This record gives sequence, C-alpha cells and structure tokens, in this order.
Amino acid sequence: MTESSVAIDHATSHPALQHHFENMEQQREAGTIGMWVFLVTEIMFFGGMFLAYTLYRSYYPAAFAAASNHLDITLGAINTAVLIVSSFTMALAVYGTQVGRTRMQNICLFLTLVLGLTFLGIKAVEYRSKYEDRLIPGRLIPGREFGPQVAEANDTDPHKLHLRDGASVRQVEMFYWIYFAMTGMHALHMVIGAGLLTVILILSLRGRFSPEYHSPVEISGLYWHFVDIVWIFLFPLLYLLGRHVH
Amino acid sequence: MEEFFIPKPTRVDYLKAEYGLKSWLLTRDHKRIALLYLYSITFFFLIGSVYAMLIRLELLTPQGDLMQSTTYNKTFTQHGIIMVFFFLIPSIPATLGNFLVPMMIGAKDLAFPRINLLSWYIYLVGGLVTIYALLAGGVDTGWTFYAPFSTTFSNSYVVATGLGIFINGFSSILTGLNFIVTIHTMRAPGMTWFRLPLFIWAHYATSLIMILGTPVIAITILLLAFERFAGIGIFDPAVGGDPVLFQHLFWFYSHPAVYIMVLPGMGVISELIANFSRKNIFGYGFVAFSSLAIAVFGFLVWGHHLFVAGQSIYAGMIFSFLSFAVAIPSAIKVFNWTATLYKASISYETPMLYALGFIGLFTIGGMTGLFLAALATDVHLSDTYFVVAHFHYIMVGGTLLAYLGGLHYWWPKISGRMYPEGWGRFSALVVFVGFNLTFLPQFVMGYMGMPRRYHMYPPEFQVLHVLSTAGASILGVGLLIPVIYLMWSMRYGRIAEANPWHLPGLEWRTQSPPPTENFDVTPVVTWEAYEFAPPEETEVVGTFRE
Repeated sequence: MTESSVAIDHATSHPALQHHFENMEQQREAGTIGMWVFLVTEIMFFGGMFLAYTLYRSYYPAAFAAASNHLDITLGAINTAVLIVSSFTMALAVYGTQVGRTRMQNICLFLTLVLGLTFLGIKAVEYRSKYEDRLIPGRLIPGREFGPQVAEANDTDPHKLHLRDGASVRQVEMFYWIYFAMTGMHALHMVIGAGLLTVILILSLRGRFSPEYHSPVEISGLYWHFVDIVWIFLFPLLYLLGRHVH
Repeated sequence: MEEFFIPKPTRVDYLKAEYGLKSWLLTRDHKRIALLYLYSITFFFLIGSVYAMLIRLELLTPQGDLMQSTTYNKTFTQHGIIMVFFFLIPSIPATLGNFLVPMMIGAKDLAFPRINLLSWYIYLVGGLVTIYALLAGGVDTGWTFYAPFSTTFSNSYVVATGLGIFINGFSSILTGLNFIVTIHTMRAPGMTWFRLPLFIWAHYATSLIMILGTPVIAITILLLAFERFAGIGIFDPAVGGDPVLFQHLFWFYSHPAVYIMVLPGMGVISELIANFSRKNIFGYGFVAFSSLAIAVFGFLVWGHHLFVAGQSIYAGMIFSFLSFAVAIPSAIKVFNWTATLYKASISYETPMLYALGFIGLFTIGGMTGLFLAALATDVHLSDTYFVVAHFHYIMVGGTLLAYLGGLHYWWPKISGRMYPEGWGRFSALVVFVGFNLTFLPQFVMGYMGMPRRYHMYPPEFQVLHVLSTAGASILGVGLLIPVIYLMWSMRYGRIAEANPWHLPGLEWRTQSPPPTENFDVTPVVTWEAYEFAPPEETEVVGTFRE
C-alpha cells in the first residue's frame, strides 16, 4: 500500500455501514442530503398545483370563497392541530433515539403513527360529506357526477351550496378539483409516511437504532415534518381564505 | 508521448465478477446498471429511428401517399416521445454518467446503489407502458400534449402514454438525486470541487434541472390524464380552465429538459477537447460555472415557446431577453473549447472527430436559436421547419454526437476492448455529412414557410425534402455502423490497456474494465484536473497485487 492511500477497516466498523461508504458519518450525511433533495422535488411537485390554485383563485374569487365556506372548518382545524402535535412527537422520537432513551423513542414513534392515522380518518369523514353533497368533480365517481344542490335565498341548509354573485357551479367545480387534487396528494403522502413510520417502529422495537446509528429515524422525521408543512399551507389556502366575506 | 501509470489487470473486473441473468438484474454496481441502461436506451433509440425513417419516407413526395394524416400525426408524435423521454434525456447521464461519476471522483459507487437500480426498473416500466400505448393504437397529440386537443378531442391513447412518461420521470428524478448526493458526499480525499473534471460539473448542473423540473412535468401530465379520464375542466376553456396554463407548466420542464439533454454532452466535450489536445482546459472556472448558469437561466426562458400562444407582449419581451441571456454561458463554453485547441497537440481519434463536429453543429443550433428567441422573427418562423432544424442541431448534432464521442472515448474502460479506429473515424464522418444533409435543407424550407407536422406540401419544396430524406438515409447508415462494430468489439476487439489515451483522470488510473469497487484503495488526489504532468510526477493510485 502506498502512502497516497487511505486504509478502511470495515471489519471493526458499525454493522449498519454499507460497503461503499467510508464511515458512518459519510453514510449519515448522504442519507440526510438525499432526503433534503427529495423534499425539494416534492416542493416542485406540489408547486404545479399551487400555481393552478393561485391562477384560478384570481380568475374566480367569488366561486372560490363560496366553495371555501362549504368546507368543514372545525374538522380542518382539528386536523391541523393533530398534525402539529404529531410533528412534536416525531421530533421527540428523533431526540429520544439520539440520546438513547429507547422507551421515549418507541412511545413517540407510536404516538406519531396514531396521530397520522387519526388525520387520515378525519379526512375520510370530510371526503364522505363532500361525496354526499355531490361535490366530487367531473365523472371521477361513475354515476355520480358533480352536481351540488344550490341554495335559494335565505336557505340555510348547510348541505346546499351558497353561491355568491358572479359565481357559477362550473367555477365551484374548479375549486373542488384543486381541493381534491391537493388534499388527495397530501393524503397519499400521509399514507406513505404512515407506512414508513410502521417500518421504523418495528425496527425500533427490535433495537436497531442507537445513538451511534439513528439516521433512518431522523430522515423519516424530515419527511414527516415536510408533509405536515404542506398541510400548514393547504389549510389556510383552502379553508380560511375568503371565509370572512359574508 | 509521456507514459502514465498503467496498473496491471490483476483483479476480477466488474463484468466477470458474477455470472448469470440474476447477477445483472439484481446488481447494485453502478457500472453494470450503466450497461443495463445502455442496452435499453439503444433499444428505444432504434424504435425512435424507425419512426424517423417513416417520416422522411412519407415526405419524399408532396402527396400524402405512404400514410394518412392521422397515421402521420402518430408517427411524428411517437418519434418525439420515444426520442425525447426514452433516449435523449437518459442517454448520457444514465449510461456514461452512471458509469463515470463515481469513478471520476474516486468513489466505490453512487451514494444509493439500490435507488440507482430502482431507477432503471422505473425506466423500464415507463417504457413498457409507453410501448403498450403505441401498440394499442398510438398517440397523435404531438410530444407536447397541448390541451384541449389532448384532453378533449384526440381519439388516441393519451392517458396510457402520459402514464408511461409520468412513471419514467421518476427514474430521471432518482438519477439526479443520486448524482447530487454522490458529488456532495462521496468525493475522495483531496478531490476538491475545483479539481473535479468538467464532466462532473456538467452532471451536477444537469441533476439540478432533473430534480427541479421533472416533478413539474409529473404533476402536469397527471392533471392532464385526470382531466381526460374524469372529465374535469382543469385546462379546458369550455368549463373555465386555462389551456395556456398547461403550456406554461409543460414548458417549465420541457425547456430546461433541453439542457438536461445538452449539458451532459457539454461535459463530455470538455473532457474530449482537453484530453485530445493534451492541454489543461482554457478557463476551467468559466466552463464549470457556465454549466450552473445554463441550469439557472434555463429555468427562466420557457415563455419563448408561447410567443404566439396569447402570452402578454410584456412577458414575451422579458422571456425574449432572458433567452438571449442564456446564449452567453453557452458561448463561453464554445470560446473556451476553441481557445483550448489553440497551440495544442491535437490528435484526431474518433472521439475528437465527434467533439469537433459537436462544436460546429452546436454553434449553428445555438445561433439559429437566437432567431427564434427574437420576438419579431419568431412570429414568422414559429411552427416551421426552421424550428425543427434548430432543435435537431442541438439534440442530434449536439447531444447525440457527444454521446457517441463519449461512448468511443470511454469504450476501452467500459468494455475492456478497443473499438476499430478506422471504422470509428469513417462512421463519424458519415454521421456528420448525413446529419447536415438532413437538416440544413430544413432551415431553408422553414424560412420559406414550410410548416411542421404536415404530411403533404406544395411541390416546390420537394427538392429540399428529397435532399433531407437522402441525408437521413446516410445518417441512418452512419449510426448503424457503430452499433455493429461496438457489439463486435465487445468480443473480438483488441484488449485495451488501463490507460489507452495516456490521461491523468482518476478513471484511467484503474484497470480496464475496473473491478467492482473501482479502486483497490480509496485514492488520495494531489493533482489538478487535466494536469498533464511528466511521468515521474504522476502519482500511482492504489496497489495492484501481482
């Protein structure tokens, strides 16, 4: 061996070290940067829909406000709280792994998973009420095309759509495809996140993670926080904006 | 010629490390995955070429006698889709990039070998879905899928084709992600950013576009498919949608995608020019940063595809200005390459012939791009053969030539065999002549007003169309020759040395073909890129057990 070479002794290194990395630090750094880069692609992916939202909201402000009003703000707010708490428990789980508090790590991972599933359950309830009000856009559900009942003046039935001046049912449909595309894509990411957390929880219960090797928990945490942040943007844009214009 | 370190091939190389189909299909070695990509993109290139020949045959006569207009629409659409998404975009990054990025920076593999293999499978699934769409009845929207034709009126397999492209996009994203992480975290000790070969800088810039652009086309095509599938008026003006929004979203990716195609080619050319001139590249920093500048500016010019699409005139002026601006970093590269050639000891092996061809053709392609970036001339030239000729000069004259040049240049390292030099030079000349004969007449036709995407035309254009078809036939022969002799050389070619071109780069300091881990020991880099040092000062990397 010449002097211009660096010896690597894989025999004495951590069992989780993959063959092509020099050491655990390099492996952890690669994983972390990899997840950050992936999240950048996710931002661009959602970005296309945010652009469509911005454009159509500026085209049809009255219809968007009316459609916004028809969303269930209570369930939306509860879901926002659920996700924020789940981000907190996820952060605690990462901390627990880093300092080697295994009990805290396992309990927090479990809590995060339960909160994530709660979010999806509440979302399903919301989707169901939209289905009942015939607010699923287009012919997405065969035999049940978009066709909400429009309220007459002084009609307070919450299941009927209260249109503003200058708004048409077609324009409300534009809101609802954006609503379903964005929250649906977000829910899909939640499902993937819940799957990821399940795997991490099982590995964690088997004692795979330690203060020396915690990057999988940390990287899953990054993903989880990202999905939460997307919702933090979706909630005001879809539920709150224009609501005060009564 | 100075002697460089030549390690003796004493370790089992990556081709012989394991045998059997399973060892290939489950490999995590970046070099084997590069070969898997090489075979699959060649397959798609052949399909795309068949469509190209059909187009040129149809255009031999002014009458639409070979096919009907709908068949012709499908033919040019499928030519475009296959060539753009399944050949040009993965061509250099997925084959040469996959093979060389870890070797050039002194790493054992890419950062995520399993994700690398996954990207190939995703590419394959996307390709198969697209082939299914072609066999089921094809698609006739043009590769641009403009709404509302694609969403409402077209009677072809838009959703299936879109799904194929959507899936394929993720292979591009994962390749870009892998390259960025690898270049950031896996460089060997001493391999600083400014010692990186320019090929790496170009791939870094390309990867940035891949990760920032591809997700946007993914969501766009997804929305398009939903609109068609579920009858939602996302881009349909009849129910309140905006078709121009589709064009904005589409070109936000698809214009930078042109730089995904040509930037890796520029990286290859930088290597070829420096190494066959046996000289450090002129203005290393400028060439490196011009790659990043192209990646950044490339995202700000998409609006020049919408000059005649009802975009506001002020937006048009800004996009026109920015499109001119992107010519600056491209010109910096061309000037630095030519300056490198000055007083250099140039040798004209096959890769260098391709490189010199690239400089000339890319310059023509780039300069004619300025005609199209100018608002006033674009109104006249939009959707004519001038546009067709312009982007073929970039995509074929640029990317394809760079790809072939790079493939010849690194062939000894990839296969462990030399290609036949005489045939190589001959086919490089045939490609150059055939290419120019195909596309120069198209500039003239376009200027005279021949619109693109028509299968019938006024008889006065026939001479130029016949010239173009003749050129395409020569080009086809010129491309078939390398396919044959490269396959031949894999078995019968002369055994290559570790460093057949006598170069200082890291990839030449290990045996040909390299062992699975690339280097015996992690190299420590103490030299600059393209440092043609005297032999006694060229350091040996690693030890090769006798």
